[in-house]
Amino acid sequence: MSEHAHSSGARVYVLTLVALLILTGITVGASYINFGSASANIIIAIAIATVKVSLVALFFMHLRHDNPLNAIIFISSLIFLGIFLAFPLIDIQSRDKIIPNGLRVREQVAAPKQAAPAAPAPAAPVHH
Amino acid sequence: MSSESYGHAAEHAFRQHHFVNSEQQFDTSKLGMWLFLATEILMFGGLFVGFGLMQANYPEAWVAGHHHLDRIMGSINTVFLLCSSFTMVMAVHASSTNQKSKTVLNLLATLAFAGGFMVIKYFEYSHKFHEGILPGRYFSYAGGGPPEQAMFFGFYFAMTGIHGVHVLIGMILIAWLTIRAQRGEFSSAYYTPVDLIGLYWHLVDLIWIYLFPLLYLVS
Repeated sequence: MSEHAHSSGARVYVLTLVALLILTGITVGASYINFGSASANIIIAIAIATVKVSLVALFFMHLRHDNPLNAIIFISSLIFLGIFLAFPLIDIQSRDKIIPNGLRVREQVAAPKQAAPAAPAPAAPVHH
Repeated sequence: MSSESYGHAAEHAFRQHHFVNSEQQFDTSKLGMWLFLATEILMFGGLFVGFGLMQANYPEAWVAGHHHLDRIMGSINTVFLLCSSFTMVMAVHASSTNQKSKTVLNLLATLAFAGGFMVIKYFEYSHKFHEGILPGRYFSYAGGGPPEQAMFFGFYFAMTGIHGVHVLIGMILIAWLTIRAQRGEFSSAYYTPVDLIGLYWHLVDLIWIYLFPLLYLVS
């Protein structure tokens, strides 16, 4: 039975490798082009990486013809990773609006002290 | 015919008594491996999430940090790992179709690509150490740039370091597989270790596929 699944294996593996190498070339090439903003470039790079990961998972890791339970485990780990990433990102992105005024002042005063061992540290808070 | 009777004998030799048949035993082992891989994804996931959040907070430090990384070396390493994944899956294929010498050759090729990856990683690391780019409080780079780029390199060393350890562990496992394959321990009736270590090796490749653009290609 496993011979059946593997009969055309070698050819599929070669094609997968070729596709992966071409996509690597595309990512490296795309990184030299400016797509308008830094986040646009990152999104394009991650999209290509996701296509590559799908190819490896489907063909090298045999998920395409395998017991679906294995794919469910793999995909659910990615979904939980997505939740893990999304909620802190939403938190950080919206933090400016949430922090009470008092806290924000304290944060601004603390920042120059941390950042500049070279600059005269006491000068910054005095100006505020 | 003779291979069939051999397969039957091997089935008895490798099957543990609590499994209905060797196919069920194989599927169970594989399921366990996938569960382990899920924990690996979540472990690296913590680093990826931290990396993403800090990148959102300090984009200019991330761009400054990435300028210290060599795109060419990163690309060569990506090609090495992709090729090693290919030779690994060819080894799995060969071992499942009773091709002993092809299994051994593909495993050795996988080892060679992995070794190439580690050699390039060694050159990258030693170049950075030389410049004073070290993780955490040992960061002593004097070439200027935003102070938060030290944090970029904290992530860089943690992520590529843990990934590198995974590559080393993979190399040890593949070397062990090569010895066993050379002894003729694998056949179409039993190649579970090759298959499972193959899955592990592909996961190491998957993680690098994301690490490469995030670390080397930020701009």
